[in-house]
Amino acid sequence: MTSIATKPPKSSASLKHRLAERGIDARLWLLLPAIALALGLFVYPFAYGFGLTVQPLSSTVDTYGGGIFANYVAFFKDSFVFDSVWITLRLALPAALFNVVASIPLALKLRRRFPGKRTLQALLVLPITLGTVLTAQGLLIFLGRQGWLNRFLVDAGIVDEPVQFVNNYLGVFLSLVISGLPFAYLLISSYLSGIDPVLESAAQTLGAGWGARFRRITLPLLAPGLATTFILTFVLAFSVFPSARLVGDASGSTRVLALMAYRSFAEQLDYSMASTIAILMGVVELIVVAIVFFGRSFLYRGSTGGKG
Amino acid sequence: MATTAQEAQTAKTAPVRGASEPEAPRNPSRRPGEKSLMAAPSTWFVWAGIVVFFLLLAGIVTSVVVDSFGKQWFTTWLPPEWTLSWYTSAWDRFNLTHIIAVTLLVAFAVIILSIVIGLPAAYVLARSNFPGKRLVTLLFLLPILIPPITYGIPLATVMYNLGLGRTLIAVILVNLVPSVPFVIVTMTAFIEQINPSIEAAARMSGARTRQVLTRILAPLLVPGILAASILVLVRTVGMFELTFLVSGPQSDTLVVAIYRAMTSAGGGEARQLISSMGVVYTAMMLIVLVVALRFVNPTQLVARVRDSNDD
Repeated sequence: MTSIATKPPKSSASLKHRLAERGIDARLWLLLPAIALALGLFVYPFAYGFGLTVQPLSSTVDTYGGGIFANYVAFFKDSFVFDSVWITLRLALPAALFNVVASIPLALKLRRRFPGKRTLQALLVLPITLGTVLTAQGLLIFLGRQGWLNRFLVDAGIVDEPVQFVNNYLGVFLSLVISGLPFAYLLISSYLSGIDPVLESAAQTLGAGWGARFRRITLPLLAPGLATTFILTFVLAFSVFPSARLVGDASGSTRVLALMAYRSFAEQLDYSMASTIAILMGVVELIVVAIVFFGRSFLYRGSTGGKG
Repeated sequence: MATTAQEAQTAKTAPVRGASEPEAPRNPSRRPGEKSLMAAPSTWFVWAGIVVFFLLLAGIVTSVVVDSFGKQWFTTWLPPEWTLSWYTSAWDRFNLTHIIAVTLLVAFAVIILSIVIGLPAAYVLARSNFPGKRLVTLLFLLPILIPPITYGIPLATVMYNLGLGRTLIAVILVNLVPSVPFVIVTMTAFIEQINPSIEAAARMSGARTRQVLTRILAPLLVPGILAASILVLVRTVGMFELTFLVSGPQSDTLVVAIYRAMTSAGGGEARQLISSMGVVYTAMMLIVLVVALRFVNPTQLVARVRDSNDD
């Protein structure tokens, strides 16, 4: 586009025209601020962080060898760090799957009109206002050894000893469900509203039962949306950090990658190792996302009849 | 679920190809058009799930609220004595006025900047095709897809190197990284729903670019802008990771302040102090949302054509 100004006026008119026909016109300037921001605050720090990963501390090189790639060697060799990849996946994959699977019947049942639907929807979305930290505090008090649930279970004689709900895997899982389920429900019900209900009615008229209608009509049309929802809730669950520290077992079963990266960054002040963990964390996540996207490309694509 | 009139009809017809399980009428004695009084087991199952979820949610919220008003609360169902002193002492100790002011300032700065930067880009992405569009779209999608910690740590390192660490500017800048793409993604879908022939008609009638923007597009875009603003607001106030990495005592938002209080050296602050801060956080969020929702309906971002007639 800058070349337009340097050309002589006569040919510039035609060049401008020819460029405009290919979609390059003055409107593209509107993209500039956003691109500048993305380059300055996202791409540049990423490149800088990548540069940091190949400048390991001398202590890392001494321990693990590998020259400039010592941080990477450390990541894969130090089982304390590498195990947290599996710990993170063990937490994020089931949580994301649970949120998506539990949202499907919820969205299907709440699709029709009934009294109090708006109130129920508003209540379902309420956890979004709670925030992770307050959820963690509430889980600690409500599900703790002295909490109401344990008190009820003990008084009712269901258990003898208070059950350990928090400061372990289950606590983090519950906090991921509380923050992720409303989000998954919102997305899935908006995808569901894009499917024309006439299709299902037609199937019903042709004699399809409840199960067949769901399996052959709704599910195939909804599947791409489910994949997208899974990706987005997985991204949320994968970067879990405050709840892993607060309601989890931060040195054991919920020692997630985000926590390890933060420890290197703020506690050990090893910025190069912190960047390494952070970037490899992104790589692991993108691998999962890519697998889901790849699977999604086999699913139905096209109009679902409900919009437009 | 069942429209019995249709079911009664389908019961007579033979099973059709593609429908492996033709549904027999659940209750033959029911007359067409009548609904069964008993819900199906699946319905009960869903409602039971909803009830469990809400019990958990209600337990979490009430126990924090009760805790924040209780003087001492250990081994009883309810605290024996009630007090407001946790609120006053939390307010004094953590300087909550300052923290809330910082939180709101950051949130509104992020909203305004991300709309100003994101909206023009969304317009271009929605309206024109140009070489490299896929690359640009990917550039805007990545910050949403990549976990905040992954780019947050290099970004925080850059901020500290620039001498911006622990400042308000750094907090606003890092929060723009996910917010601008978020505005672009939601607003692109919104603008695509506006018929371009409206703009073309305005131009045909002699409107200049500025008039098209102010008279045609702006009024149509206002609902979308407001809805996107609310979502950015909720995200920014709730954003923990990015803010936490660059903020300091003078630029902590409320979430980060609560986290620091929970994890401060020496076992953290008294539980009730943190609970009272948590209640303040939720109250602030609810007030902001209630005020905002008076003006906006966030579902305007999602086009819905018709409700399910499956009832």
